[in-house]
Amino acid sequence: METTWKSAITSIFVKHVLLNNSVTVHLTGTDWLFRSEPWKFKGNLMQRFFICVPLVICTLISQPVFSAESSVDPAVLAAQKQRIDVIKEVSPSVVAIFGGAGDGGGSGVLVTPDGYALTNFHVVSGAGNFMKCGLNDGKLYDAVIVSIDPTGDVALIKLLGRTDFPAARLGDSDTVQVGDWAYAMGNPFLLATDFQPTITYGIVSGVHRYQYPAGTFLEYTDCIQVDSSINPGNSGGPLFNDRGELIGINGRGSFEKRGRVNSGAGYAISINQIKHFWDHLKSGRIVDHASLGATVTTGFDSHVNVAEILEESDAYRKGLRLGDEIVSFAGRPIRSVNQFKNILGIYPAGWTLPLVYRRDEKKQTIYVRLQSLHTASELQEQAGQKQLIPEKSPEPGDEKPRLPMPNPHAKAAPEPPEKYKHLYVPKTGFANYYFNQQQQERLLQALSATSNFSDRTGTWTLTGKLADETDFTLTLADKGVGFEVGKDIFLQSLETDTFVDEPPGTGGLLAALHHFRLLLSGQSERFTDFYYLGSERLDGTNEMVDVLIATQTGTISRWYFNKSDLSLRGLDFYLTENAEVCAIRFEQFQTLNGQKFPGELDVRHGSRPVMKLKIERLKLETPENTKK
Amino acid sequence: MSAVKSVSASSQSTIEYALPRLVKIFGAGGVKNLYGYSTGFLVSPQGHIATIWSPVLDTDRLSVVLHDGRKFEAEVLGAEPHLDLAIIKLKSERELNLPCFDYKEKVTAGPGTRILGFSNMFKVATGDEPVSVLHGVIEARTELPRRRGAFELSYSGDVYVVDAITNNPGAAGGALLTYDGKLLGMIGKQVRNAKTNTWVNYSLPIDVLSKSIEQIITGKFDSSEDQKKPEMDAPQRYRPVDFGLVMVPDVLYRTPAYIDRVLPDSLVAKAGLQPDDLVVFVNDELINSCKTLNTELGQLESGDLLRLVVRRNNQLISIEFQVPPENK
Repeated sequence: METTWKSAITSIFVKHVLLNNSVTVHLTGTDWLFRSEPWKFKGNLMQRFFICVPLVICTLISQPVFSAESSVDPAVLAAQKQRIDVIKEVSPSVVAIFGGAGDGGGSGVLVTPDGYALTNFHVVSGAGNFMKCGLNDGKLYDAVIVSIDPTGDVALIKLLGRTDFPAARLGDSDTVQVGDWAYAMGNPFLLATDFQPTITYGIVSGVHRYQYPAGTFLEYTDCIQVDSSINPGNSGGPLFNDRGELIGINGRGSFEKRGRVNSGAGYAISINQIKHFWDHLKSGRIVDHASLGATVTTGFDSHVNVAEILEESDAYRKGLRLGDEIVSFAGRPIRSVNQFKNILGIYPAGWTLPLVYRRDEKKQTIYVRLQSLHTASELQEQAGQKQLIPEKSPEPGDEKPRLPMPNPHAKAAPEPPEKYKHLYVPKTGFANYYFNQQQQERLLQALSATSNFSDRTGTWTLTGKLADETDFTLTLADKGVGFEVGKDIFLQSLETDTFVDEPPGTGGLLAALHHFRLLLSGQSERFTDFYYLGSERLDGTNEMVDVLIATQTGTISRWYFNKSDLSLRGLDFYLTENAEVCAIRFEQFQTLNGQKFPGELDVRHGSRPVMKLKIERLKLETPENTKK
Repeated sequence: MSAVKSVSASSQSTIEYALPRLVKIFGAGGVKNLYGYSTGFLVSPQGHIATIWSPVLDTDRLSVVLHDGRKFEAEVLGAEPHLDLAIIKLKSERELNLPCFDYKEKVTAGPGTRILGFSNMFKVATGDEPVSVLHGVIEARTELPRRRGAFELSYSGDVYVVDAITNNPGAAGGALLTYDGKLLGMIGKQVRNAKTNTWVNYSLPIDVLSKSIEQIITGKFDSSEDQKKPEMDAPQRYRPVDFGLVMVPDVLYRTPAYIDRVLPDSLVAKAGLQPDDLVVFVNDELINSCKTLNTELGQLESGDLLRLVVRRNNQLISIEFQVPPENK
C-alpha cells in the first residue's frame, strides 16, 4: 500500500511538471502575469511553483476527467471520496458554542433531532445558562443548559427552535482500534465566522487511556487518544470514526513547553461512557461519578489488590476485604490500577457492577453498588453554586475571558431570550431543574395512568399471606405503619422523625412501605427531596430502569421504572445513606380497586431474602374516611 | 471501498506488529525539565533495546516495561553518544525470546513516504498499555544545522524530518516505521531552534545507527565506558589546567563550565580570569558544559589563538592569548 501513496504523490509532481506549460500559457493572458517582469518571472521558479500547485489541486478535485487520465491509484481517490462523503454527512451536527455573554466558546455535537447536544463541562462552565450555538447552515440558535458532569468533563445542552436538528449517529467506542482514522471537528480558535466546522484528520494513537484529574474533577477515564489536532476551541466537539459515527467528545490534550496548542496528543471522552450517563445527563442535575469505597494498588506480579476499604461500603458488605486481588470489574480483566480507574470512571454512582476477586486461590463474584465520588456540596462548588443565589448579572469589566481568543461573533446577551425563559429553573444541586421536572412528570404520569391512588390519601390496609401461608395485615396510615403477621406485631411510628429497622433485620421494611404509600397516592411533595436520577441496570443484571429518588429525614428510597414500558419494578430503601438496603421487588401486578397493584412484594435485606408478601386484598380510605 | 479498507488494514497490521516491539523506559530524572522516562525498541530476542542516550539511563535502577506489562530491570550495555544511541539489556535469569525489529535491514525512505511514529510521549502509557502511535509523512532526509543558535544536538548527520509531532517529552528512543512495517529510524531528542523557537520532529536513520547497534550487541564496540564520554574520541592535547584553569567537578551530564580556581601566575590568571567565572565560549564555540570545554581545549594546536569568553555577574569578559607548546 506504500506504493499507492507514493504513486499518488509522484503523480501530483508529475502532473505539476506536465501541466506547468499549459498553466503558464493560461496565465499568460492575465493582467497578473504582465505585471511581472519577464526576466523576473523566469528567474523566480519558486513563485511559479507556488502558483501552480493550487491550480493542480483544483484540477484534481474539480475535474474527474483528470483522475481518469492520471495514474492515481483508484484506492486513493476512493479514500478521498469517502472522506468527503463522511465530512458532508456529519458536518451539520457539529455545533459552535458561544457563551451567552459572548465570552469565549467551544464546540459541541447534536445527538438527537430535538436538539440535545453534547459538549464539555469546561466549555459551558461560566458560559451562562443560555448560550448561542451556530450550525453549518449558518444560523445561530439559542440553547439552554441541561446537565453538567464536572468529573467526566461532560455537559448536555439543548438547542432550541427546531425538532428536526441533524443528529450524529452514535458509534461503539469499545470497537475503536489504534490506527483507525478519526475526524476531530469543531471550532478551534473560534475561527469559523460562518460556523462551518474545522476538520482535522488523524489516527487513533491509543485506546483505554487514563488521564489524571485536576483534584478529583475533570478526570478522563477510558478515553481515546488521537493525533488529530485538538486545539483550544475544539473542546466539546465530536470525534468521528471513518464511518461518520460519533465515538467521542474531544476535550483535552497533552501540552507542555510548546504552549496550549496541539502537540500530537489529544484526548476524547469515549461515547460509551456518555451512553452510561445519558439518562443522568438528561436529568438536569449536577451528575456525579462513582467510588468503590475501596482503593487499589499494584502489588507484586502486577496483581491489583485492595489497599484500603471503607467498612460502610457496599463492597465491604458484599465481602471484599483488604488485600483481596481484583480479577475483573464490570466484565473487564484488571491488570493495572489505571485499568481499574478506567472502568470505575465510566459508570455513574449508584450503578451495580459485577466484581470478581481472588482470596486464597478462590475466586468470588459479587455485585457491588457504586457510591458517590463527591458530596453534594463538593459538586455544587464545582458547578459554581456555593449556595443558591439569584443569577448574578454580569457587570461590565467583570468578565474574564476563558479563552485567549476574543469572540468576534456573539453579541452581549446576558438576558435569556424571553420565549425560552421558562426552560431554565434554578435549584441547588441542579444545573437546570426544569429538565428534572420534565422527567419526574413523565414517570409519575405513567404511574398514575395504571395505578392512580391520588384520591386515596387516607389509611391503606393490605392483607394477604406469606410464602408459608401465614396471614398478615399491613396498615399504612399518616400516624404510623403497622404490620401484623401471625402472632407478631411491628410498628413504625410516624409521629416522630425516627425511622427504625422494623421488623428487625429487614432494613426498615415498614418505613419503606410508608414511602411506597406516599408515592402511589401522589404525595411526592411530602418527601424532603424528590428527583429523577437517571437510569441503571436493575440489580446490575436485569433490564434498564429509570430511577426516581425520594428522601425523608435521612431515609432514602430509589424507585425503579422499566425503561421500555415504564412499569414500576420495585424500590430500594435505606434507613441512612450507608445502611444495608431493604430491597422490595414487585411481582405479578393485579387489579385491585380498579387500579394496578403489585400482587407480590419480594423483600430482601442486602442479598438475604427476608419474605415474600402475597397481597390478596387492599382497603383504601380517603382522608375523610380515616377521620371517621 | 475495499481498497480504502486495505490502506488502513496495512497500517493496522503494522501497528499490531510494532507495539509489542516497543518498550517504556523509566530511569533517572523527574525533576524540572528532566523527564524520568523515555522509549526504546527491542532489537534482539534476548532483550537488547535500542534507545536514546540520555540522562534517563544514568541510574542503577533502570526499569523497562514491555507492552504486556512485564517489568524488567535493565543495564546499559553501551552507548554511542555521537549518534545519541544507547543499547540497554533486560536482566533476566531465564532465556528471553521477545519479538524484535530487524535493525540490520538498513531501510531508507524519501520524502512523501508515509510513516508511523511509536513512542511513550508524555508517559501516557503505563503498565500493560501500549505506547502511542502517530501518523505522518517524511518531509525530508537532511542534515540539521547543528550549531549555536540553531539546533543544539550532539548528533551530526542525516535525519528524517517528519510532519507528525513525534518529538515530545519521553518520545526519544521511539521507533519510526514505514506504513508497511519497516524500521526507518529512532525518534530523536526534543530540539528547539533557538532562533525561531520552533521544535523539529526528526528521527535518526536506522542505516546510520545499524552498525553501532550491532557492534554494541556483539561486544565488538570499543570500550563502552570510553564511548560514554564524547571527548575521549577527540584529541586531548590540552586540558584546562594547562592554562591554569581548575574547573568545578564534572558531576552532571551537563555541568556548567564554572571556574573553581585559577592557578597563580598562570596564563588565565594573568589575563584576569577569576573563580566563579562561567566559560561560555571558546573560539566562538558555545561551551554548555565542562565536557564541551574539555573537547574544545583538547583540539587546540600549539600557537593557536585562544579566545575565551566568560560570564561574570551579568557581564561578558573576553580574553585572548596564544596557546603555548604542548606540555607532554
